[in-house]
Amino acid sequence: MSEQRPELGSELATTVNGAAYTGWVPNRRTLAQFLRDDLGLTGTKVSCELQVCGVCTVLVDGEPVSSCTYLAADVDGRAVETVEGLANGDRLHPLQRAFVENFALQCGFCTPGFLMMAKALLERNPDPTDEEIREHLDGNICRCTGYRPIVAAVRAAASELRGATSG
Amino acid sequence: MAESVVGRSVLRSDLLEKVTGAAVYTVDITPSGTLHAKVVRSSYAHAEITGIDAAAALAMPGVVAVITAEDLKDLFPRFGHIVPDHYILATEKVRYYGEPVALVVAESVEQAADAAAQVEVGYAELPAVMSVAEALAPSAPLVHREVYGMSGDESFTAMAATPTADEVAERDNVAHEVTLGWGDIDAAFQSAALIVTDSGMRFPMLYAYAMEPYNAVATFGGGRLDVISTAQHPFMVRGDLARIFGLPLSRVRVQAPYLGGGYGSKSYTKVEPLAAVASWATGRTVKLVLDVEEAIYTTRADAAEVSVRTGFDSDGRIVARDIDLVLDSGAYADNSPLVVAKAANRSFGPYRVPNLRVRGRSVYTNTSPASSYRGFGAPQGSFACEINLDRAAEQLGVDPAELRRRNLVDPGEEILPGKRGIDADLKADLDLVVESLRRDASSAQGSGIGFAVTASDAGAFPVSTAQVRIQVDGSVLVLSGSTEMGQGSRSVLAQIAAEELGVELAAVSVSQSDTGTVPYERTTGASRTTTLAGLALQRACAHARDQAATMAAEAFGWDAAAVVQVPGGVQGPDGRTVAFGDVVMHWFGANAGEITGIGIVRRDGVTQKMPPFWEVGMVGVEVAVDAETGVVDVRQLVTVADVGFALNPHAVEGQDLGAATQGLGGALYEELVYDGPQLLNPNLVDYRVPRMRDMPAKIDTMIVERRDGIGPYGAKGAGEGALNPMAAAVASAVARATGRWPTRVPLTPERVWRLLNDLPDDA
Repeated sequence: MSEQRPELGSELATTVNGAAYTGWVPNRRTLAQFLRDDLGLTGTKVSCELQVCGVCTVLVDGEPVSSCTYLAADVDGRAVETVEGLANGDRLHPLQRAFVENFALQCGFCTPGFLMMAKALLERNPDPTDEEIREHLDGNICRCTGYRPIVAAVRAAASELRGATSG
Repeated sequence: MAESVVGRSVLRSDLLEKVTGAAVYTVDITPSGTLHAKVVRSSYAHAEITGIDAAAALAMPGVVAVITAEDLKDLFPRFGHIVPDHYILATEKVRYYGEPVALVVAESVEQAADAAAQVEVGYAELPAVMSVAEALAPSAPLVHREVYGMSGDESFTAMAATPTADEVAERDNVAHEVTLGWGDIDAAFQSAALIVTDSGMRFPMLYAYAMEPYNAVATFGGGRLDVISTAQHPFMVRGDLARIFGLPLSRVRVQAPYLGGGYGSKSYTKVEPLAAVASWATGRTVKLVLDVEEAIYTTRADAAEVSVRTGFDSDGRIVARDIDLVLDSGAYADNSPLVVAKAANRSFGPYRVPNLRVRGRSVYTNTSPASSYRGFGAPQGSFACEINLDRAAEQLGVDPAELRRRNLVDPGEEILPGKRGIDADLKADLDLVVESLRRDASSAQGSGIGFAVTASDAGAFPVSTAQVRIQVDGSVLVLSGSTEMGQGSRSVLAQIAAEELGVELAAVSVSQSDTGTVPYERTTGASRTTTLAGLALQRACAHARDQAATMAAEAFGWDAAAVVQVPGGVQGPDGRTVAFGDVVMHWFGANAGEITGIGIVRRDGVTQKMPPFWEVGMVGVEVAVDAETGVVDVRQLVTVADVGFALNPHAVEGQDLGAATQGLGGALYEELVYDGPQLLNPNLVDYRVPRMRDMPAKIDTMIVERRDGIGPYGAKGAGEGALNPMAAAVASAVARATGRWPTRVPLTPERVWRLLNDLPDDA
């Protein structure tokens, strides 16, 4: 018979999509579990659980991380951004709109990860070449589209974002 | 014809839900109070179960139950729509590493996982058959001693060109055997000017990698079973579940929300029985989510070893083909009997073959069970048979495109005797591919082009029903059992309804598949939705329009014969136009009611002849091979989607490029590898799928529309075609780049390097 031990955990203070959160999390809880199960933010998906598919990508202080293997406790004092935080109310983020307009998704399971990864790229490099887009997104797997429309969507969103900031 | 909504690349409304994270997939559904299940899996390929000790697991925190085969005695404990051989939980023995042996149910995912590790299973190892060669050897150990009887109905036999008896005198490891043929092949080979033989061509075990792994949420209670799952074919799953529990179909409800990918791998029953028995045993809602490793051990594609011999006359015309297909179907039959039947039908290609013999066998081995995979037997057979044509062209000194042109069937010509003639112009399609490839082909050393052709008897068995419900406000609800797994079924059905009723696309909503609320749809597979569900919906809309006319005549006192159907409503003899919503309001006499139109497709009329349509596979690639490393770089990818009519051209292109990309995966990177009883690479690190930087600089996806399908507006299905001939096209391109003909795929760098250096294959 195994003994019953209280689960180990710690206090967590973070912001998720701009909203503050404080609470206790078990040590072994991943960021993906925290987002999906504790906060109900199920837009972030999980697939390979080995950091090679990119599906679970979210931004922590602006940096893309694999939330399936990132501990929730490690976002203490940091800001998390997920796909649910991309749109401004009913107004889609240019990346979201470009993905829809370019048919850059089909089943959509990989899409939240692609969107967050692409957002990280465009914040650092507002005018990426196709090769830079491919290089940056090579760690994200899409099984439906054959990738071409995803590159086109990121290119289109980059162009729109540049227009918005210069205009 | 002047369509206004179909034929345009309208934006898909499901994509809007998906980019915001709002779209709900099964894995996102966890009703409060749900228990979580974890599967205890076999650690042997073949072993008797000598005992299961669950005491330690049961004592762990949060554990509610540990379920074994012993607990399922009062149920029908197996599933399988053709051969019901698949035990929900291993009974008496295990047949493959990873097979479910017990199910731990606990209050949390973590508690279930922790306790599953504490379930002690005793095994007495049995000799295993890990390959087809071992399984077919004399006096090989039997994977199944039992005879289950076939439960496949007429729909199964109608799809196999030549059904064969399933009774075998002596028990062996052959799960299913088909033969197909005509003419006198021995005499034909005697007369042949050239005979080209390719023996032992090997197609790998593939994993579809739908990115959402199998999962299900089940609630059993009050003599009813409710299941939400990642099911392509919820109505087929319902049948298996009803049999397990002895419930009427009407008391089993299977819902399929958005699926995170399917590609055939979510066809038929997978984890639903596990979740269902867990709920039945505990009386609470149970959720079961597999991880990717478990998903890999749940279903894969049939690996194949194919031999082909083709005789030609001196003009390069085929006089005979003799083909032997052996599929490694793993421990349970699942859908492999149909896969092998389809592999036989599709193996010899859309060519005039006056004398033919095909033998196909689906063989049980102690490996993970194989079932449907995009392309359904076509990739396996075409790999060997299309390379065989390319080798013949080389020996005959004929251009490989010209050799195919001499043998391809003409539009309307039968490929399978008595079946539907080809509804496509294959020679014209081939010219498009070859012209595009050659236009940009490099003449550099180490480069080569390859192209290949397939035609698949697609569409599956034509049983589809649809409903359209016009609401009092004029908005429209479409009910269809087609599962939205990314292919765009909801969007294409919305286009059809908007077109047929003459309403705005935005006024149409399409429901999710749900056996409790939507009309029957046999499957979401074989590229059938646009053609068959689309036809049913067209008929439902016609039915609704007719009713609107009748109701309007009654409500407004018009002569029924003088009512004219117009876009969005009806027009009376006085020239007055009344919208559908107003017809509803006036007929019911209140701001209430609706018009329900029903449409049915069965084997009748345009869908009498099998198959409902042929799906063309027409692809080409150019590769450059690095002689130092064996790395194959794809430079060009050219596809033709011969779809009759593209209801949403961008969506068709997306399906076609997606299928082609998956085909490149099997041709160049993907292969599940067994080393002893277990897989070496049951994960996404070691099982490599195509990534963004693998894609070629030139991608040319062409759509051909000749309105030659039986579907709405002349449409035919799409979505598998470009995968089917890809392995052959890539292998031929590599052969032309290296001067050596590969005999197996995937063409990994090591394999190509060995080929270049005349070294034996690695296994």
